[in-house]
Amino acid sequence: MSVAVDSTIDARGSACPGPTMELIKAMKSSAVGTVVEVLSSDKMTTVDGAAWLKKVGQELVETSDKGGYWSIIAKKIK
Amino acid sequence: MPKRIVIIGGGAGGTITANLLARNLYRQLVSGHVVINMITDKAEHVYQPGFLYVVFDKVRPDEIVRKQKDLLDQHINLFVDPAVKIDKENKIVRTQSGKEFPYDYLVIATGSRIVPEDIPGLKEGGHWFYDMEGAKKLRQALKDFSGGRIAITVGVPHKCPVAPLEMTFMLYDYFKQKEMLDKVELFYTYPINRLHSLEPVANWAVPEFEKKGIKSETFFNMEEIDAEKKVVRSMEGSELNYDLLIAVPPHKGAPVVAESGLGKDGWIATDKKTLHNEGSDNVYVVGDTTNLPISKAGSTAHFESHIVAERLSSEITEGYSETLYDGKVICFVETSFDEATYIWFNYKTPPTPAPPSKMVHWMKLGYNRLYWLSAKGIL
Repeated sequence: MSVAVDSTIDARGSACPGPTMELIKAMKSSAVGTVVEVLSSDKMTTVDGAAWLKKVGQELVETSDKGGYWSIIAKKIK
Repeated sequence: MPKRIVIIGGGAGGTITANLLARNLYRQLVSGHVVINMITDKAEHVYQPGFLYVVFDKVRPDEIVRKQKDLLDQHINLFVDPAVKIDKENKIVRTQSGKEFPYDYLVIATGSRIVPEDIPGLKEGGHWFYDMEGAKKLRQALKDFSGGRIAITVGVPHKCPVAPLEMTFMLYDYFKQKEMLDKVELFYTYPINRLHSLEPVANWAVPEFEKKGIKSETFFNMEEIDAEKKVVRSMEGSELNYDLLIAVPPHKGAPVVAESGLGKDGWIATDKKTLHNEGSDNVYVVGDTTNLPISKAGSTAHFESHIVAERLSSEITEGYSETLYDGKVICFVETSFDEATYIWFNYKTPPTPAPPSKMVHWMKLGYNRLYWLSAKGIL
């Protein structure tokens, strides 16, 4: 699946504040319609990030294994 | 024509970088081959981690403030005149008074600031400890507090990520000393789905919270405060009643960054290893101003300052630099009024907190005094 991403945050190697916090920060500061991607060295970011997106009613576009790191893509829909 | 270095910002990052440069380039400064100009918006330098101690009367406010000029090497020119425009194309920084500072090398260390106004109702209904005024107000509010629920909330993004936990543990000891634990409920919230970003710290905190009866809710991001009803509403849809709200407000970078078109919300795109502003080999970024996904903290600024000072000095004297930042951060974590732990980590090594001890707490208290040597580039 190929998705047009507006901005990518490379949070690989980020222990603190960490990739999930980077996803929240990006979603908070983006305009409605923006597609954000966060790269993480921790597979759990795709699980935690997806859980948060569901809780706040934002769209999880996709998660993927990039071979040694993971990607989560989200769209701000409201 | 001397090489002109301009440093914007007189916080930890700007001050340490300036003093290290002055030491490394002493001969060039004395001979007039290098000029260092620091532009800052404040005549006073505040040791910001001290706010936590001001709240609990552990230090007096004037103990954490020094005059900026007293911290700088005598060869550094200080201008207390806020930067209002960074013109990278013409290599000039303009200030509020209308002065222009041309540069060959620029270090941007403009830091971050709290923006409680970004959360509706927070200014009216909440307290914080991320500036002196807020710390003093909270100190008084705690003295006046007769009992009820204290809610701790955390905005995104924020600096000093361990501070909310430290505040919570110190609140526990504060009310324990006042023999009020039976009248006070501490309720801690956190933006992601554990008690702290760092998993080992979060895992350590869980039994500590249970032992101390501290309640918590995770995946809790402040959306608005109803100051009249004393309720915090979260983006996730929950509501939390409080009698006293202690919030870490969200942060933004300096207005000059966004107004110069250098970065949304005041964060500048920065190379994670060279600390160059991406696409500019004569502009460096230090401390909270970077957009790097690492802790916004004085410790980060401190270690980055050493890299930037080393790189710049080498570029000027040797024509090249190979020093790189590895993401190093070290943070003390106060776990009570008399114990602390510490964590260190970098881009490749996750943190492993040591068991809290009195010794680490004493080291932290010692560092609170030794900070001024760090600012001077000595420690």
